[in-house]
Amino acid sequence: MTTTLARPAATDLEIRHAKQPRSGVLLTGAAWIIAVLFVLPVLWMILTSFHTEQDAAANPPKLAAPLSLEGYRSFFDSGPWPPLANSLTASVVSTLLVLLLALPAAYALSIKPVKKWSDVMFFFLSTKFLPVVAGLLPVYLFAQKVNLLDNIWLLIILYTSMNLPIAVWMLRSFLSEVPTEMLEAAQVDGAGLVRTLREIVAPVVAPGIAAAALICFIFSWNELLFARVLTGTRAETAPVFLTGFVTSQGLFLAKVCAASLVVSLPVLAAGFAAQDKLVQGLSMGAVR
Amino acid sequence: MSTVAARGDSALGRAGAWARRAPLLPALIFMIIVTQLPFLVTLVVSFMNWNAYYPNDRGFAGLDNFQSVLTDVNARKAILVTVLLTVGVVLISLILGLIVALLLDRKFRGRSIARTLMITPFLVVPVAAALLWKHALYNPEYGLLNGLLRGIFGDSAPQKDWITDNPLISIVVALVWQWTPFMMLILLAGLQSRPMDVVEAARIDGASSWQIFRNMTLPHLRPYIELSGLLGAIYVVQNFDAVFTITSGGLGTANLPYFIYQTFYTAHDYGRASAAGVVVVIGTIIIATFALRTVLSLFQEESR
Repeated sequence: MTTTLARPAATDLEIRHAKQPRSGVLLTGAAWIIAVLFVLPVLWMILTSFHTEQDAAANPPKLAAPLSLEGYRSFFDSGPWPPLANSLTASVVSTLLVLLLALPAAYALSIKPVKKWSDVMFFFLSTKFLPVVAGLLPVYLFAQKVNLLDNIWLLIILYTSMNLPIAVWMLRSFLSEVPTEMLEAAQVDGAGLVRTLREIVAPVVAPGIAAAALICFIFSWNELLFARVLTGTRAETAPVFLTGFVTSQGLFLAKVCAASLVVSLPVLAAGFAAQDKLVQGLSMGAVR
Repeated sequence: MSTVAARGDSALGRAGAWARRAPLLPALIFMIIVTQLPFLVTLVVSFMNWNAYYPNDRGFAGLDNFQSVLTDVNARKAILVTVLLTVGVVLISLILGLIVALLLDRKFRGRSIARTLMITPFLVVPVAAALLWKHALYNPEYGLLNGLLRGIFGDSAPQKDWITDNPLISIVVALVWQWTPFMMLILLAGLQSRPMDVVEAARIDGASSWQIFRNMTLPHLRPYIELSGLLGAIYVVQNFDAVFTITSGGLGTANLPYFIYQTFYTAHDYGRASAAGVVVVIGTIIIATFALRTVLSLFQEESR
């Protein structure tokens, strides 16, 4: 709905700025300068990750130093694969669980809404306000008792609860756009449930599912506090692995940059590939 | 019951109330067990004497933990740091985000590339971003900031110890860098949903750009500003990664999440950690009741 509005808006803007070319050039320049400033630290991280440790630690910085894979080699030699695999498991499985729980819930909150559906929505949202750190201790004690410490399933459950409210809000917002008249018409025409879902519900909801999945994946992949407290050597995730670089000892800048980049790569790739989904997900479906 | 039946469509919704509730229940029960039960336990433990180092001293403590949290210098400092950090980061990144969103709302060549560059900081894993700022930018010996100073001004250039000199500001800057793109994305979406025909009409009637911004764009953006500010605040209040990585809570930068983490994880004082947790929750509830109302109105507008 908003997209149809945005399109003529863009052409209007073109006309408007055709009238004032000089300030237009200045504003465009400002946009580029700010964008480059914001991306500069990341570019510096990429460049440094491909330098030798000696060159990476040079002051003033050696921009044109010869490229090297030393940083990556020493990072991959330090055993990052189990943590990366753990992160992948935790993020993917919890995202699937979130969708599994959120889809029916969102359905019950929109297409055939239960009584007081807005109270339920409010409850889901309020759990996002509850600081995770306030529940950390009981979770820790519980996990200790039932022997779930350092177990990836504990993180999967926690990440599911962390992201479920976001997914419910998003999916409800998408599902509420499903035209109920069409559902009724399909029912009258004798269309089966599968056909109704595939032809009427799916086209509206599929982008919502994609956006929810993207954002759940990113938040689970990024999570540190729970993972740090509740895992040890076995279920350690990638962000926990990165905390090994918190104290600076010796020459390791290239390695830190390589590690940070590799760990961020899945999020960067997913986020770039689905920028519009990112907006929908971050605003919990309020912004399309 | 009767209202449900009346609201439901006659052809579709003959099913009973329980059939309607059934799809909701798994998610609801899951959330209650995983998020509400632990908090109830926290509430109970906050009234207990419980330190894992002194297992025999466990018992009822009354309000002692709360008293010690609210009178403890470190805890008070943590409350102040949390407020400063949250307000600072959210306000600065909101303003910056708004400026960038306005700049990117214009049509120019390569606009989508500029937007993509702009969101990159948000897509760096928070721990990685904190490490990047700590080691690659702030480090006094080989960080880029001092490196640039020396590269431009020569060997006599001042070499600052950025984190030690301004610990809290260092954290704020790193977080603003990550959160500005977030604000920008939501505000840009808001800008692009403006009805442009009205804006054009106002322009033809002779309204200046400032007048249009002040009287049309800003009111339209208000719910988006509130939404992005609120969501940003929810995440920044709970920030642990940046504080943990950049200063390890030292130099007076420990915020409440870090303080609780330390009380529980290092000092093993479960009672006090829980009391601090309860304080955080109460504070959050107070802020949230005000904030939630505005957000709900936005969502209701969106879903008509």
